[in-house]
Amino acid sequence: MIILLVLIPALAGAAAFFIGSDPPRRGLLVSIAIVQFALSAVTWIAPPAPALGGWLAEDALGRLFLTLTSLLFLASSFYAVAYLRGERDQSHADIEEGFLFSNAREASFTGCLLLFLAAMTLVTLSQHLALLWVAVEATTLASAPLIYFHRHHRSLEATWKYLLICSVGIALALLGIFFLAVASSSPGSKTVSLVLKDLLSDAPHLNPLWLKAAFVLMLVGYGTKMGLAPFHTWLPDAHSEAPSVASALLSGALLNCAFLGILRIHQICVASGLADFSQRLLLVLGLLSMAVAAVFITGQTDYKRMLAYSSVEHMGILAVGVGLGGTGMFGAMLHVINHSLSKVMLFMVAGNLLAVYHTKSSKNVTGALRVLPVSGLLWVLGFLAITGSPPFGPFLSEFTILKAALDQSRFFVAIVYLVLLTIILAGMATPVLGMAQGTPGKDVVVPAGRSVALTAVPATLGGAILLMGVYVPPFLARTIQEAARLLGQR
Amino acid sequence: MNQLQNAILVFLVLTGFMLLASSRLVACIRAVAIQGILLGLLAIAAQDGKLSVFGVLLPLTSTAVKGFLLPWLLTRAMRDADTVREIEPLIGYNLSVIIGAIALGVSLWLGQRLQLPNQPASFLLVPAAFFTCLVGLVLLTTRSKAITQVLGYLTLENGVYAFGAAVALQMPILLELGILLDVFVGVFVMGIAIFNISRQFDHIDTDRLVSLSDRVR
Repeated sequence: MIILLVLIPALAGAAAFFIGSDPPRRGLLVSIAIVQFALSAVTWIAPPAPALGGWLAEDALGRLFLTLTSLLFLASSFYAVAYLRGERDQSHADIEEGFLFSNAREASFTGCLLLFLAAMTLVTLSQHLALLWVAVEATTLASAPLIYFHRHHRSLEATWKYLLICSVGIALALLGIFFLAVASSSPGSKTVSLVLKDLLSDAPHLNPLWLKAAFVLMLVGYGTKMGLAPFHTWLPDAHSEAPSVASALLSGALLNCAFLGILRIHQICVASGLADFSQRLLLVLGLLSMAVAAVFITGQTDYKRMLAYSSVEHMGILAVGVGLGGTGMFGAMLHVINHSLSKVMLFMVAGNLLAVYHTKSSKNVTGALRVLPVSGLLWVLGFLAITGSPPFGPFLSEFTILKAALDQSRFFVAIVYLVLLTIILAGMATPVLGMAQGTPGKDVVVPAGRSVALTAVPATLGGAILLMGVYVPPFLARTIQEAARLLGQR
Repeated sequence: MNQLQNAILVFLVLTGFMLLASSRLVACIRAVAIQGILLGLLAIAAQDGKLSVFGVLLPLTSTAVKGFLLPWLLTRAMRDADTVREIEPLIGYNLSVIIGAIALGVSLWLGQRLQLPNQPASFLLVPAAFFTCLVGLVLLTTRSKAITQVLGYLTLENGVYAFGAAVALQMPILLELGILLDVFVGVFVMGIAIFNISRQFDHIDTDRLVSLSDRVR
């Protein structure tokens, strides 16, 4: 069963490259997304048996991330089909500089989407740290072509930066894994197991010096991929140049997978009594990411870049949550879900705005509420949700993290956290509200025959975010609780 | 066996300097290819004479990929992009070599600090691996041609691999192949990107890829 979860999207992805006609390929994309989601839902009822000698297994953390990933992919697949239908014509005028460009083959785009799903699924299910590494690097390779869907020089530049910066980061993470292997090599034995379970049970005997070095390298490596400052530089470029559905998946699903990589090594640090060390580093990087995001969100005129920096901010919040420990851990796990849902929805709405206004500059977009009533409304609501306003989900999780800081009497952290959140709220309010209100320009025309899915999908996600704010289902709360326990919350 | 390992590691350090000092891309590609071959030898030498079929097959595969296949790919990319030399690096070649010397010193010091526990590996191993990683990072940050940056990435990867190979990690073969495949596909995709960059821009100078930034309009 576990193997099927990885194999189905991988094989379908490989097949999609060779399906020439559009309707069956799009059907394949959606049906694989449905199957994947159904399978991952089944794992909640019937936990799958470990496979490949324990290398692949599903624990609470994995189940949480896997289900979230397949849910987001399901939403994105509906949106993607509607989006691709609108992109059919051969060449487009560039929205910023006006030259003509063509798109990559849709077959490659769909194939890469499915391979990307397979790689992300493998990340969530890997219990062997080197296998996890292989999977994370595979996500980079599968998603790079997604960014270069619109074939022009800016997206190419973004793809290049993404590929190179992330590959270098990931190479450092591999060094970290080797360090971990050195840390775990006990006297006399030459076989080193990098399976999480063995490492955790062996944790007290790990060499602390090498383990610390391993943690730092893996934090830098996976942190690059996750978009933690100061290693985030690829993120705004890639997210702003990729087609919106790819941005949504990069931000909502991929960053989580990299975060999971950090959580795994953190688990080992906790088990070997180095929790203070790893938590302090996470806390510092988390606050730094929030600060960097606050600086770049203020005065940002490109609304897709604004969303990208918001992702840097929220990755920072996650790191702060884990860095604080205690109930912060629960808050961080809850926030993973809330952030992903909100951000995917916002990127989808941003895609709708982009398709109508043909500009990424928030100054040139006005009257969105009148031109696109549903998308305009979702844009404002999404902004409220992502900045942590009640009654939406992110409020609950951000508040839980704040409470963890206050409970531990870490008032400095709490104050910095609150101040940065306020700055970001103010920085995002101006462009977002300016875009929504006012009268639209005369040349703004809504193209005829837009698919319903373009608004229905983000609206559904919006409903889920609202639900998460007022009611966390007990089965979900239990799993989050269990995941937080794996990370050392007592 | 340690003497053989030491010799290999010294050669590895020398290829690092070769990379730092050379402006001709062909020479750089050749240096990285030599590194690939040296790593294969290192992996065999690190097995202390207890050779198994897989123990030989895997280094041979990695040598084939890193020593021949990838260099061939990069040479092709170089020809397609019509570039022969790295012109105007951010810092000059003499300075690069001096930085390399400093990096070697730092690596030796780090090797002193981080002693391998219970490993029979050569004392040169940790410094040489670190040094190779550092050379890769220097190339990545100070060279502007896309191909040289890929070479920097490969050098970094080689440094990491040297470390892994020589601490005689008993990594399952499937994973070794997975890692190798990732690196291969990575460089392959980068090669495609280079091809597209040279077609799109008529050059492959990444320091001129500057249209994306946070400008206030």
